[in-house]
Amino acid sequence: MIYDFFFKITGSNIIASIIQSLLPLFIFILPFALFAVWLERKVSAHMQDRLGPMRVGKHGWLQTIADILKLVQKEDIVPNEADKPLFNIAPVLVFVGSYAVFAAIPFSGAFIGSNIDLGIIFIIAASGFVVAGILMAGWASNNKYSLLGAMRSAAQIISYEIPTVLVVLTIIMITGTTNLFTLSEMQTGHFWNWMIFGGPNFGVAKFIFIPFMIMNFIIIYISTLAEVNRTPFDIPEAESELVSGYHTEYSGMKFAMFFLAEYANMFAVSAIVTALFFGGYQSPVGYLGNLFGAHWLIPIEQFFWFTAKGIFFVFVQMWLRWTLPRLRVDQLMTVCWKYLIPIAFVNLIIIGLITVL
Amino acid sequence: MKEYFKNAWSALFTIFIGMKVTFKHLFVPAVTIQYPDVKLQLPERERNRLYVNMDDCIGCDQCARACPVDCISIETVKGLPGEDLGKTSNGKRKALWVTKFDIDFAKCCYCQLCVFPCPTECIYMTDVYEFSEFERSNLIYDFVTLTPQEREEKKENYAKLEAEKAAAKAAAVNKPIEKQETPKP
Repeated sequence: MIYDFFFKITGSNIIASIIQSLLPLFIFILPFALFAVWLERKVSAHMQDRLGPMRVGKHGWLQTIADILKLVQKEDIVPNEADKPLFNIAPVLVFVGSYAVFAAIPFSGAFIGSNIDLGIIFIIAASGFVVAGILMAGWASNNKYSLLGAMRSAAQIISYEIPTVLVVLTIIMITGTTNLFTLSEMQTGHFWNWMIFGGPNFGVAKFIFIPFMIMNFIIIYISTLAEVNRTPFDIPEAESELVSGYHTEYSGMKFAMFFLAEYANMFAVSAIVTALFFGGYQSPVGYLGNLFGAHWLIPIEQFFWFTAKGIFFVFVQMWLRWTLPRLRVDQLMTVCWKYLIPIAFVNLIIIGLITVL
Repeated sequence: MKEYFKNAWSALFTIFIGMKVTFKHLFVPAVTIQYPDVKLQLPERERNRLYVNMDDCIGCDQCARACPVDCISIETVKGLPGEDLGKTSNGKRKALWVTKFDIDFAKCCYCQLCVFPCPTECIYMTDVYEFSEFERSNLIYDFVTLTPQEREEKKENYAKLEAEKAAAKAAAVNKPIEKQETPKP
């Protein structure tokens, strides 16, 4: 484990835990956010037969860094009528919410921020924390658009947490664990051991599970997509209706914090989907490290597979964003309460019965 | 109940159809033209910035008169007798020094009406269309090839000639009356 390694080097458990807690931020979230913003622009451009950023670096790969430099230089504007303390805390709170999620995500066999037994439950709780930040931002801005956006966002995130949790419950029922590390270890071997293909236990139940698992996957993917407020569920920041929702009044680095939180959240939910259904950090075909007898290579390979799967699902989120139009508020609620929740419930019951039998 | 499942299925199914369409477009070559690096081929008779070939200009003022927005201003002086001003490319003898030929491209409407009357075809449209400036006064283009000193010299030469002529005339006409004020030089 990384923690033991740093503990050996520094000899102090406080420094070791600080380093370990900062690792995902600096080696993962920041580079990923830079890459994802660039990817988003490139994907959107190419889906519309455009080119996207082309001028900063080869195919514009330095564009995000240029944007960040611009944002750093910008004036930090706080509206006169805003509630200043809340206004300043809100972006930090939103980012803390999405960063806390990364604590329980197993990046590879050798690195998990905190190997807690309630991993998935902790993630759900911490991602609910984002709602507080968003509401705070919307209320403190003292702007009708911000407030509307924040209200919609809160309603949406709270509604869509129900199908997410229902699906997570089915996984917990099958595997009997809420620890994401154990969950990932269970799905080791080859891709047919992944939860989407019925889990590691080989038997009749595995094949009965498959269609329900696919349905579960679709439900959790839709509901997590809604939880991170992305198109087609981006009504909290609907540009054509609400300027840009709860972060209308923010500028400079505070705006960048919201942006960073959004992209961190995108990866977080993709990581949850990966960990629950697609084997987490497990390779689909086996490891090169085992083949050559180089066991130090395995955690690196696992990290590669985890990021690859995560980025693939982030790509699918972008793909959906540039395919589908935005839902209306009533349609949003219809999708959640009339379709996702009943289907998730039926799935829960059926899978529960199968597991019991 | 049947309709409920039909709705759910059709929603899911149509999302996949839409995703197929966008995925195909991911590999369609972009239609973007990277403008400053790559430029479109201009049409054959495009109308852009004017150019005046002063070697051929005879100072006939026809372009200035044709201009609907009066953006061309021309001043000419006659050459001295016996002075060789050169010939235009189609064999016409030049008789006038063009001391001012300004085109104000801030006013120009690119109608090309000045191009057709020109007897020597010395004013024409080029393919230059990127000539934005920070100062509007920079858009006044001076096409005269003479230096400012030369222009003054030509004007003075002509004024002297006129003065001499007038003096000669006055001398011829007003010989009896000696006390006549002489025209100013």
